[in-house]
Amino acid sequence: MTTVTLDQTRLPAHWRDFVALTKPRVMTLVVFTGLCGLLAAPGHLHPVLAFTAILCIALGAGAAASLNQWYEADIDAKMKRTASRPLPAGRMDRQSALHFGVGLSFFSVILMGVATNWLAAAVLAVSILFYVFIYTIWLKPRTAQNIVIGGAAGAFPPVIGWAAVTGDISALPVALFMLIFFWTPPHFWALALFVKTDYAAAGIPMLPVVSGEVATRRQIWFYTAIMAVAAMAPVLLRLTGPLYGTVALLATALFAAMAFQVLRRRETDPARMGPEKRLFKYSVLYLFLLFGAVVADRWLFA
Amino acid sequence: MTPEEEKQVRARQKSRAIVTGLLLGALVILFYAITIAKIGGGGQ
Repeated sequence: MTTVTLDQTRLPAHWRDFVALTKPRVMTLVVFTGLCGLLAAPGHLHPVLAFTAILCIALGAGAAASLNQWYEADIDAKMKRTASRPLPAGRMDRQSALHFGVGLSFFSVILMGVATNWLAAAVLAVSILFYVFIYTIWLKPRTAQNIVIGGAAGAFPPVIGWAAVTGDISALPVALFMLIFFWTPPHFWALALFVKTDYAAAGIPMLPVVSGEVATRRQIWFYTAIMAVAAMAPVLLRLTGPLYGTVALLATALFAAMAFQVLRRRETDPARMGPEKRLFKYSVLYLFLLFGAVVADRWLFA
Repeated sequence: MTPEEEKQVRARQKSRAIVTGLLLGALVILFYAITIAKIGGGGQ
C-alpha cells in the first residue's frame, strides 16, 4: 500500500464529490420531464408540494446515480469519460457512496409519499429499483439491448409528476413514458457510435461493440420509427391538441431526417462523425421541445 | 498522521459540517412549508 492511497481513503470525501455522485447534468432532463408531467396533469397541487415532488424526483435520480456509480466503480475506472468520477479517482470510498445512495433513496421516496401521495412515491421507488437492479446490475453487463429496457428507468419522471398531482396514472402519462422509452435507444446509440472505444475498453456490451456499427445505425433508425409513432400517439389519441401535434410532427420529421442520414453513413472514425454527434445533440433538444409543447398545449386547449 | 494531514482532514470535516447544517436548515423550512400547505394555511 502506498502513502498516496492511504491518504486518499483516510481523507473524508469533499462534499462537492457527493454532489458529483448524483450526476447533476443528467438530472436536468429528469427534472424537466417530471415537471412537464406535473404541469400537464389536470387538477391543482399546492406550489410548495409541487416543488417538493420535483425535488423528490431529482433526489431519487441522484440516489440512483450514486448507487450506479457504487456498483460500477471498477468499470468507470477503465473509461476515459468516467475515470475522473469520485469513486474511480479515489476521492471517496465505496461505502460512503452506498450509504449516501441508499439514504437518499429512502428519503426521496418517503418525502414524496408524505408530501403528495403514495402512488407517486411507489412509482419513484420502482424507478430507482429498476435503474439499479434491472439496468445497472442485471442487463447492462449482459446484453447489447441493455439500454432499451434500462431506458424505462428514465421514462418514469413524467408519470411520477402526473401521479403527484392526480393520484392516478392515465393515458397521457403512459404515452409520455412510451415517448422517452423509445427515444432512449436512438439517443444513446448515437452517443455510443462515437464513444465506442471507451465501452469496448470497459467490457460493456454496447451495440456498436457487439453487433457492429452498421447494425447500430439500423437499430437507431428502427427505434426512431417506433419513437415517431409514440411521439404522434398523444395527438392521434386526442390526449393533446393541435399545438403539440404541429411541434411533434415537425420535430419528429427533423429527427427522422437526421437518423436517416446516420443510417446511410458508414463512417468509422469518431473524429469525423459530425452527423452522429448532431443527432445526439438534437435528440436532447427534441425531448425538451416535445415536453414543453405538451405543457403549453394542455394549458391552452385542455 | 502528520500535522499537515490533520489540518486537511479538519478542513474537510468543517466544510462538510457547514453544508450538512445548511441542508438541515433548508429541510426545517421545507417541512414547515409542507405542513402549512397540508393544513391549508397558505394560498388556496
